[in-house]
Amino acid sequence: MRLINQQFSPAARAALRLTPFILLIIVYFIGSAARLADNPGDKLLPAMSSIANAVDLMAFTPDRRTGEYLLWTDTWSSLKRLGAGLGISTLLALVIGISIGILPFFRALLSPFVSFISMVPPLALLPILFISLGLGETSKIALIVIGVAPIMIRDLAQTVLALPREQIVKAETLSASSWLIALRIILPQALPRLLGSLRLQLGPAFLFLIAAEAISADSGLGYRIFLVRRYLSMDVIFPYVAWITFLAASADFAIDRFRRWLFPWSEMEGGK
Amino acid sequence: MTALAVENLWKEYGDQVVLENVSLSIAPRSFVAVVGPSGCGKSTLLRILLGQERVSRGRVTLDGAPLPVEPGPDRGVVYQRYSVFPHLSVLGNVMLGPELQSARFLGRTFGAARRRLAEDARKMIADVGLSGAEGKYPAQLSGGMQQRLALAQALMMKPRVLLLDEPFGALDPGIRSDIHKLMKRLWHERPMTVIMVTHDLREAFTLGTRVIALGRIRDLPEEAMRYGASITKDIEIWPPRVAGGQTLFDTEIPQGRDDPPVDTIPTGRPDPATET
Repeated sequence: MRLINQQFSPAARAALRLTPFILLIIVYFIGSAARLADNPGDKLLPAMSSIANAVDLMAFTPDRRTGEYLLWTDTWSSLKRLGAGLGISTLLALVIGISIGILPFFRALLSPFVSFISMVPPLALLPILFISLGLGETSKIALIVIGVAPIMIRDLAQTVLALPREQIVKAETLSASSWLIALRIILPQALPRLLGSLRLQLGPAFLFLIAAEAISADSGLGYRIFLVRRYLSMDVIFPYVAWITFLAASADFAIDRFRRWLFPWSEMEGGK
Repeated sequence: MTALAVENLWKEYGDQVVLENVSLSIAPRSFVAVVGPSGCGKSTLLRILLGQERVSRGRVTLDGAPLPVEPGPDRGVVYQRYSVFPHLSVLGNVMLGPELQSARFLGRTFGAARRRLAEDARKMIADVGLSGAEGKYPAQLSGGMQQRLALAQALMMKPRVLLLDEPFGALDPGIRSDIHKLMKRLWHERPMTVIMVTHDLREAFTLGTRVIALGRIRDLPEEAMRYGASITKDIEIWPPRVAGGQTLFDTEIPQGRDDPPVDTIPTGRPDPATET
């Protein structure tokens, strides 16, 4: 039988899915044990026990100086920035993307400009943002928006342009105005794609967030990682990275579920 | 009396002449089938009648007034594909037109108005044979059912002219003949003129009151760009089909007999021999 026609039972498939994760953990344990056997003071690959200690210290013990639980304060400040950045980007994509997609005026006015802006490397703008917007929250949110919004706008405009012209003409024969076409025909069909685009931009958004926090912040997941880096505290960095990954993966999963629940037709053949 | 008149119409894309000197007057309540080889401008003519494209020269009038420059509710359309909205249920698709017409800001109706509209829509859905599928999405319907839905959606607007662009071209023969019956009945029952583009001659002669063939009169490859298609044949079906009436050819012959009694066959025009 050809390899491309291989089929697996549900149990075998579950085992295959878990294998890479288990392998990763095993490799870590072996590496960690080998290094610790050489040098019990090794900080590069800490043992599970010291990681558990660090997690307990960061997440479940109040900080001696401020009385706060650091992991949760960091998570909260990071998620606020991320939420604001992605929220603004989504809103911009919705308004500008749909305008470019359906109105020839905005297409001529904005389409080349947005393509141009999306080529600016956002991290190169970071110093400019810090200088002009200060070191507070604004510059961090602005970095996420600049990094994420132009791509979302372009993607959404493409989606709208790809809708069959027949649909638009049909809506016109059903007496729809430009506004009603946008509201009842374009918007509902663009939203599933917008959510998909948002999922894809979660990774870049976290990248920009952590870059901004690494340079200047007083709390945040990226701030903490770059703070403890000075002490080579891998026992804190590893759980933080795992936590960030978990947050991003859950958001990804949740957005997809939300899309399926809200737009059941977008799962069917013919719906996009 | 003409519903739709085309006078000396030319359509050019840059150097390419697509339609040249097409003149046509279409009587109200007729069912005109436009046939012709691929790429001869059938669909272009339909898009012009729809208001989606402008003429290069000539003029098109609807009831004596120049045709509006963009599509509107007086002219309905059904395409071969993409005629219905994938994000709306069957009921939502059929209700959409009247909803857009009555609620100019939100595009949605509420309360009693909505219930009345839903009732009208259900009647229309039943009329095209889609009862029971009200809650389904177009992707859950077969091709034939999608075209029935597209017809229902267009007819809710009570268009003066219904334009069909190869509407049944992608359907299986059996399903196609069912939907032909439906199409015929809808045309008989509703006060509209139908213009159908098709590449199926049989379909054209089964449904139409008049068949118009478009074609290139000069077809040398080196002059293909400079000469467009024009009307090459204009055939009135005989005996004439009259909207609301029946002819010899439309009679359904009951199974088991090949020859209906003569007195049960309705004729399209009065027979002078039986008149006193």
